[in-house]
Amino acid sequence: MGKAIAFLTRTRGRGDGSQRLHWTDWFTYGYLFLGIVLMFGPVVWLVMSSFKTDAELNNFPPRFLPYAQESVVLDGHKKPLPLFTVTEGELAGTQVAQVRRVGIVSQMVKLDAPDEIIKIKVKEREPVEKLALAWENYTDLFKRFNFLQFLWNSTFITIISTLIMLLVNSMAAFALSKYEFRGRTTVLALIIGTLMIPQTVVLVPLFLVVREMGMINSLWGVIIPGAATPTGVFLLRQYMLTIPDEILDAARMDKASEWKIYWRIILPLSAPAIAVLAILAIMWRWNDFLWPLIVLSRTENFTLQLALNSFQGEMQTQWSSLLAMTVLTLLPIAVVFAFLQKYIATGIASTGGK
Amino acid sequence: MANLHLQDIKKAFGSIEVIKGVNLTVNHGEFCVFVGPSGCGKSTLLRMISGLDTVSSGRIMIDDDLVNDVAAADRGLSMVFQSYALYPHMSVRQNLSFGLENLNTPRKLIQQKIGEVAAMLQIEELLDRKPKDLSGGQRQRVAIGRAVVREPRIFLFDEPLSNLDAELRVDMRAEIAQLHKRLGNTMIYVTHDQVEAMTMADKIAVLRAGVVEQFGAPLDLYHYPVNRFVAGFIGSPKMNFLNGQVVSAVRGEVSLAAGRGMALQADSFDLADNAEVVAGIRPNAVSIAELNEADVTVEVHGVERLGGESYLYTRTSDGSSVTVNIQGETSQEIGQTVGLSVDVDKVHLFDRETGISLRRQQA
Amino acid sequence: MARMISYCMRIIEIPMLYLQKRLGISRLAWVFLLPNLLLFGLFAFLPVVLNFVYAMTGSDQILLQDRTFVGMGNYQTLTSCEDFLNPNSCKDDLFWRAVYNTFWFVLLQVGFMVGFALLTALMLNSKIRARGFFRSVFFFPVLLSPVVVALIWKWILQREGLANAALEGMGFDTINWLLDRHWAFFWSVFISVWAHMGFYTLILLAGLQAIPRDVYEAASMDAASPFRTFRRITLPLLMPTMIVVLVLSLIKSVQTFDEVYAFTGGGPGSATTLLIQYVYETGFAGTPRLFGLASAASILLAVVLVILTCLQLWASRRNVNG
Ligand SMILES: Nc1ncnc2c1ncn2[C@@H]1O[C@H](COP(=O)(O)OP(=O)(O)OP(=O)(O)O)[C@@H](O)[C@H]1O
Ligand SMILES: [Mg+2]
Repeated sequence: MGKAIAFLTRTRGRGDGSQRLHWTDWFTYGYLFLGIVLMFGPVVWLVMSSFKTDAELNNFPPRFLPYAQESVVLDGHKKPLPLFTVTEGELAGTQVAQVRRVGIVSQMVKLDAPDEIIKIKVKEREPVEKLALAWENYTDLFKRFNFLQFLWNSTFITIISTLIMLLVNSMAAFALSKYEFRGRTTVLALIIGTLMIPQTVVLVPLFLVVREMGMINSLWGVIIPGAATPTGVFLLRQYMLTIPDEILDAARMDKASEWKIYWRIILPLSAPAIAVLAILAIMWRWNDFLWPLIVLSRTENFTLQLALNSFQGEMQTQWSSLLAMTVLTLLPIAVVFAFLQKYIATGIASTGGK
Repeated sequence: MANLHLQDIKKAFGSIEVIKGVNLTVNHGEFCVFVGPSGCGKSTLLRMISGLDTVSSGRIMIDDDLVNDVAAADRGLSMVFQSYALYPHMSVRQNLSFGLENLNTPRKLIQQKIGEVAAMLQIEELLDRKPKDLSGGQRQRVAIGRAVVREPRIFLFDEPLSNLDAELRVDMRAEIAQLHKRLGNTMIYVTHDQVEAMTMADKIAVLRAGVVEQFGAPLDLYHYPVNRFVAGFIGSPKMNFLNGQVVSAVRGEVSLAAGRGMALQADSFDLADNAEVVAGIRPNAVSIAELNEADVTVEVHGVERLGGESYLYTRTSDGSSVTVNIQGETSQEIGQTVGLSVDVDKVHLFDRETGISLRRQQA
Repeated sequence: MARMISYCMRIIEIPMLYLQKRLGISRLAWVFLLPNLLLFGLFAFLPVVLNFVYAMTGSDQILLQDRTFVGMGNYQTLTSCEDFLNPNSCKDDLFWRAVYNTFWFVLLQVGFMVGFALLTALMLNSKIRARGFFRSVFFFPVLLSPVVVALIWKWILQREGLANAALEGMGFDTINWLLDRHWAFFWSVFISVWAHMGFYTLILLAGLQAIPRDVYEAASMDAASPFRTFRRITLPLLMPTMIVVLVLSLIKSVQTFDEVYAFTGGGPGSATTLLIQYVYETGFAGTPRLFGLASAASILLAVVLVILTCLQLWASRRNVNG
């Protein structure tokens, strides 16, 4: 035990052998642990809440763990009855099942005498609860909402758009990094130019272009414009510049066509950069909001983000489904993050986000 | 049969002319070395032959076919690069088979050829490794194997040994020479190391600033350099150059600025009275002599004793340096003044202005 | 899957080989560029040009031939104000509210975000255990979608949410956070800082780690106090990174829409309506759809962005040279 404490408090390995914490260490750790609470706390709270029943969600003040009221099936009653413990009066301490509630009075039955109604004041009873995950919040999503459709839309957009982007961007990066041709600097300058004009400032004309191409209210209206980002071209070009030209020459001597050089030599050798870009693209497309909001107006075309946003308006009181849906929406990103966080961090840092 | 014919090849990058009119013929089976200082255009010339770069003007003929407009892939050549340029993501086996696959060679034949080449180059155990798991020498072998396996008409090498350490370089040099003997193909080999050129070549082309200064057999170049540049470039240690002036063209008398005169064989040289010349004397064409009989007097400022032979690094009174190669050991010390006598049969004379050799063409 | 891709690639090779033979290698580069240029042309360059056309025309028709030329009319609508400091006196009061909201939002969000990011980066850069873990703790909200971020916090801030429970637990009155204009604005800034701070922390941390260790060792030989070391060594050496971070965060902050819109919908009233939301609502969500006005507003925004991007390029160039 003492060892463990020494281990935990052994920071700032100073040469003079002092093992105690400096006040700055206390401050640092204090700050960082506060950070954990503030950064993780809300998400943990969300996940916990998503497993609570509607009744539990309406409880105030809320509790951390998801509880659900126990119920029993008794002879002569079709539905399962909620269980209560009586807190006052002669029956105090016994468990009873509630048949119905009338105003401030509950009609209860004893477990061993399911036919005999007892009347107990609402204040004089307390629900019997147990820890329980309300999976029905999640299963309901599939039953009552078109959740699978939204999931499919989001997935389809993300995957196809990412693939198109990778293909088109890597081809352009290949041309810009490995060929000498007239107008190369012009093209590069144009692409730098597009860095200055994000989608957000050309919404109206972009809408016209997409409309004229008949892609409004179609997933392609999100997919195709999404693939036109300059970041990927830069990222890949920068990486491809480090591939020695001699390898390409060797392949040419080996009678490989330029296209073969592209997909047998350049693409495999750029795999790390392509992986970074793929992760970024997946994240961008999965989280996209404003543009889909403009293009997709029919519910059956909604992405998960749009569905979430529109349901939060419609289902203010029905937090249980909304929370479950939120959790399912952040789940893929969380999984990707858990496995690839190093890649993501460096990738994002190297491109400056978007 | 595969011979190579270059006719007035020129290459310009933008307005800078890098190759200024090269004419060469390499016959079938010859080992031809392009040698020259860094930046003289050796790689550029080789890349034009390979088809990786286009010529600005001139004609490249292989086996009497004009190949100027034939793509690199279709010229039937293969090339070994300075950095090996192995495909890093492919195993050695895939590196060797990539080119054959592109030629649509049947799979069985590919395996058979790879087997043969791997056996020849002793890389059988390496076939399933990736290039990053190989040593420099092994990578070199694989790179050569990749060139060999396609059975090209002509092999091109661009400084293939410059990334290896000295010892390995000597080994690989011998191996490539052996390979040439075994395959009998035409090979063109680029290097800036004249020792490599001298030891391997059937023919050497000495390049300077995009011009072939001399093209011929190694010993021809050594004994009969056409100009001061070739004379200085071929041979190690370098030839010594001493300024002089012709005293008498008829008697072949030349006075040296840093010493007495020499009497050369007048009929081997084209001399004119009072012409300013440079005498080229190889380090093994001078020897130590008594001060009063010496052709040149010098001061020693460096001694290398290698056991079997020794080198004296000396300087004349007018500041030109003279290297002396002495068989056996020497007792000379730094700071000493010594006299040197010149073996007049081995002296070269060059015009001081143009650098052109004054020796008469061999009959 | 892999075989299918390989098969596709082999099929594409046939026309590409033909083009290579026809065009030669250096002109083949344009073939490789073509798909990308097509995408950029249609979805980036063309819209930029059209944007000016829209900004100079009126009516609620999207098709250009149905629109009437109004010259600078849209800009005049946007900028006619009796008193620029009072949005109510402006012809398009929502625009000016959005401008002021955006101004304050950017000021507060960038200020707090860069401040906390710097503090966090400094903490992460000191000798601590499990640095990788702490780094991901601060970084992971960056990956969450804006809508999810909004919902997470909405759930906490709802009437009977965690925040109010905490208030009540401490004996205060509960607050209806998102129905109060000041609180709603505060929380909008807050969640935006929460969501994006990790990204800038990461960049600053990289900047800090690029400062050579021996500089600090030299400082500790001079017995400099931690605070002095920070003022005289860390801060000056971190300055180039700081400038990049500042400009980058400004660029992004000005364009904020997603999380705030999903969080408050711009309300209560128009207390948290930002510029992009104004564009969205004017051009797409409202009736009639005032495309011209939306375009004019986005051009004004684009001017700001172009200035900021030039600043960024300048800063990063200075970074490279310095
Ligand atoms: N793509 C190019 N554009 C412009 N100049 C070039 C280009 N490639 C080569 N050069 C120039 O052409 C000259 C010859 O280059 P080359 O690579 O052939 O030299 P080299 O003899 O192979 O030298 P080294 O021994 O260093 O390899 C150099 O001066 C070089 O600067
Ligand atoms: Mg070279």
